[in-house]
Amino acid sequence: MVISEQKARQIAGAVPDPELPDITVGELGIIRDVRVHDHIVTVVITPTYIACPAIETIQTDIASVLHDAGVTDVRFERRLAPPWSTDWMSQSARDKLAGHGISPPSPPRHDVIVTLDHVTASLRDNDPETRPCPACGSTKTQEISRFGATACKALWRCLACREPFEHFKSLRPGA
Amino acid sequence: MTAGTTRGPDIGSLLPTYLLRLGDDALILSQRMSQWYARAPRLEDDIALLNMALDYLGHARALLTMAGEREGRGRDEDSLAFLRPESDFVNAQLMELPNGDFGRTIARLTAVAIWHLALYEGLAQSADEALSAFAQKAVIECRYHAEYANLWLQRLAGGTSESARRMQAGIDYVWPFAGELFCADDTVAGLAEAGVVPDPAGLERRWLSAVTPLLRGHGLSCPAVSAGPAPGRSGRHLESFTPLIAEMQHLHRAHPGATW
Repeated sequence: MVISEQKARQIAGAVPDPELPDITVGELGIIRDVRVHDHIVTVVITPTYIACPAIETIQTDIASVLHDAGVTDVRFERRLAPPWSTDWMSQSARDKLAGHGISPPSPPRHDVIVTLDHVTASLRDNDPETRPCPACGSTKTQEISRFGATACKALWRCLACREPFEHFKSLRPGA
Repeated sequence: MTAGTTRGPDIGSLLPTYLLRLGDDALILSQRMSQWYARAPRLEDDIALLNMALDYLGHARALLTMAGEREGRGRDEDSLAFLRPESDFVNAQLMELPNGDFGRTIARLTAVAIWHLALYEGLAQSADEALSAFAQKAVIECRYHAEYANLWLQRLAGGTSESARRMQAGIDYVWPFAGELFCADDTVAGLAEAGVVPDPAGLERRWLSAVTPLLRGHGLSCPAVSAGPAPGRSGRHLESFTPLIAEMQHLHRAHPGATW
């Protein structure tokens, strides 16, 4: 074996996410499996969004660090199910987001599922969760846009300290 | 063949056709919504519309890749997107409708987002593992599309008399095109029988029972719509489809075999 699975997983997982500050792809929870067979290392990735434009860059970066570790044949598999959920983000990832002024996704919940009935009910209520400002902690915050600089983030502003901030949107599986 | 043997639907030939329909829906909608780029009324909405168009592009890539693989004729996502003639595209005409004004854009987005939530929720139970995996993921993303559309339904319907007029006009124009989504031809019927896709009549009921109170709750009226002719599914498109396809395909066709 050219490298152990554990070592390969560690190396691949340490690759930084190209968009989110300080966070590794391992902390994001998108590396689902690493298999080693003779000289071939296969990395199984579950993307955050199907259309995530950073996936190709992430794969290139993973291949690069594995090449540096002596692996010549790196392959990738994309696995869509089970779908990536923000619940898979590590606590360290959430803390780093907050430290950089990005409101982290809501804590893991097991009772909320995305179905048509659930969505139409929540559309009627139209009552978004209050998000505390990462800069000053105030709960007097307001959403500016459901979509921000990247598909995964929404844009909010704090009415107390007047700073804008991004919020990482929660993604959770359907029924 | 002995008496009593029934020949079930040939899933192997039906599924690629179905996957092409869903893939084309996503691809054409993505391309059309992208035409809001640098033209939206506010920067935040420019970003929102293009993020949703990107979501649809991701869905298109996944669906077209699956279609090409199942079809087994050596076509991949790129050859399917860029090398087919107009009459080979099988998207519903709803997806190719020009964006029009913001009211019409939001009306179409509402119809599509609710449709995708119902459809992908059903497909998550598909007997086909890959299609189920795709749907489980895609349905989560479609939730945000529905939320975005709902916020603008509220603002426009509850804004000025002009915004309400335009929002209602958008609904009135777009709604008849939704009938094509509920098409229950042999392809859909065969796949539904095999548990690969949800029953189309059930989807139509779910869609209606979701959109009707949604629109009425905002003071909008909901035109009657039911399963109707499906011209898009047989490759017949609107006049505006031609420049859309030309713009999408010409670069790829001008440089055959080119890579970045």
